[in-house]
Amino acid sequence: MGDPVLSLAGRYATLEEREAVRKSFGLDKPMYLQYAKFLSNAVRGNFGKSYVSRTDALQLILERFPATFEMALCAIITAVFLGIGLGILVSIKPDTLKSRFIMASSLINISLPTFLTGIIFIMVFAVWTNILPPYGRGDTVLIGSWRTGFLTLSGLKHLILPVLTLAMYQLAVLLRLTRAGMREVMGEEFIKTAWSKGLSPSRVIYKHALRNVLIPVVTIAGLQFGELIAFSIVTETIFQWPGMGNLLLISIYESDQPVIVTYIMLAATIIIMINILVDIMYAFLNPKIRYE
Amino acid sequence: MNNRFIKSKLLNNFLHDPSAIIGSALLVLLLSAALFAPLIAPQDPYDLETLSFDNFLLPPIWMDGGKAPFILGTDDQGRGIFSTILFGCRTSLLVGFSVVTLAGSFGVFMGLLAGYYGGKIDAVMMRLADILFSFSTTLLAFLLIGIFREGGLVVIIFAICIANWVKYARTMRGSVLEIKEESYIMAAHASGASDFRIIFKYLLPNAIAPIFVVIAVDLAVVIMLEATLSFLGVGVSLTEPSLGMMISIGKNYIYAGMWWMVVFPGAALILLVIAINLFADWLRDALNPKIT
Repeated sequence: MGDPVLSLAGRYATLEEREAVRKSFGLDKPMYLQYAKFLSNAVRGNFGKSYVSRTDALQLILERFPATFEMALCAIITAVFLGIGLGILVSIKPDTLKSRFIMASSLINISLPTFLTGIIFIMVFAVWTNILPPYGRGDTVLIGSWRTGFLTLSGLKHLILPVLTLAMYQLAVLLRLTRAGMREVMGEEFIKTAWSKGLSPSRVIYKHALRNVLIPVVTIAGLQFGELIAFSIVTETIFQWPGMGNLLLISIYESDQPVIVTYIMLAATIIIMINILVDIMYAFLNPKIRYE
Repeated sequence: MNNRFIKSKLLNNFLHDPSAIIGSALLVLLLSAALFAPLIAPQDPYDLETLSFDNFLLPPIWMDGGKAPFILGTDDQGRGIFSTILFGCRTSLLVGFSVVTLAGSFGVFMGLLAGYYGGKIDAVMMRLADILFSFSTTLLAFLLIGIFREGGLVVIIFAICIANWVKYARTMRGSVLEIKEESYIMAAHASGASDFRIIFKYLLPNAIAPIFVVIAVDLAVVIMLEATLSFLGVGVSLTEPSLGMMISIGKNYIYAGMWWMVVFPGAALILLVIAINLFADWLRDALNPKIT
């Protein structure tokens, strides 16, 4: 277990200096006392101060939240629309050259770790062709306490590569799920009925078939949210994106435990909220589901 | 169903599936390359005596400035890329196989207990599984390493195991629940066989098949995860060879046009994962009829 005192007091501190630091942060008390103090502070929303920057850990993370949120939101939207869209395309016309190409690239996609996708994007779009910026957030605009990159051209350009990188992994999974679901549903009796009623293809596909496919797709997308958070750490590191994930990694290097613990709590909160959201979405997608 | 029958069916299946043959041929090739790395590699990249500053940042041998034993060029410390890849594959496979063995046997054991006894053991284990599952393997491994702080081979293997055993436990539990109702299990009960005997002699061998599919899929996931962790600098220690770390060193040089430090280790990693995924796809198709 890394001793935070070592990084706090510096490598060249004397034993006495180390002890002084240990005392001033309350790290000399027994484990159960430290834990009790942490708990009683945490329930009041106080997660302690960062060992490194000496500022409120929660504040430090929340400052970085907009950057991560904007990137993750764009990535989810890209992955869901492209994943479901391509999944439908592939399942309706499975034997065309286009579909085969899409399926083959999805296998390569699944076998490609996120960090490698990011580096390949940087090599192709930033180093060799120089069309897109390789790192950072570009120019941002501050609205209240929310720093957004959506409002400037440079901010939007900087978003493209990180968003594509983060979307790539989910995209392949969603595509494969949609394809498998569509193939199963298109053979069902109620789809045959819909066709024989003379409904238009788009109505049969989107209104009758897709709606039944979406439930497992939404479940997996919700379950994978933890993966999304993890891969946002990777993506932010590659593109030097000033978000929460980047902060977490730096805190791991520096043994800044209050920040790590606060990040864990925040990630847990976000995951629970997403799970509740997924449960609510079930009811919209399938009116047969009723919560007592 | 007797052993010989499964074997012949599996074999027959295998011989009619070109992608399975390509996948496993590739896998055997990479496995033996990793196993015999000290014999094949033209240089031992982790023996300081063979490193020389004359040799750093050399391009591959077919380019201007390439030098004799360094087929794929060298990195910033004069380590041959080809040799380092061989040793790096060793680490990847070592971590991969250790995790699937350790997490696999623990998970299978827990799954057997939960499935067989049900009740409180089952309830506690499945809630624990839900928690671990919604955090996702990658995020959990990150956070555990953040808490342990120290990297290194053993820490990574354990962190991934803790994050990972749930997959096996869930699969095994599901499989046991199905088989528990079979008449031969009831017959074993009636004949007065002990719990121990029923679990290990009757349940384990009959319920284990789906685990092999999980192992195959998981192996690829774990190898990608180790590469990701090492890439981010929270994985294996600096003195241990790793594909992820090679790519992270190479990333600093892509702007200078030295692509070989990223492209070759990246290609090795992708090949390794694709080979395992092709094999896993075949195994899933081949074993599935027996599962359902």
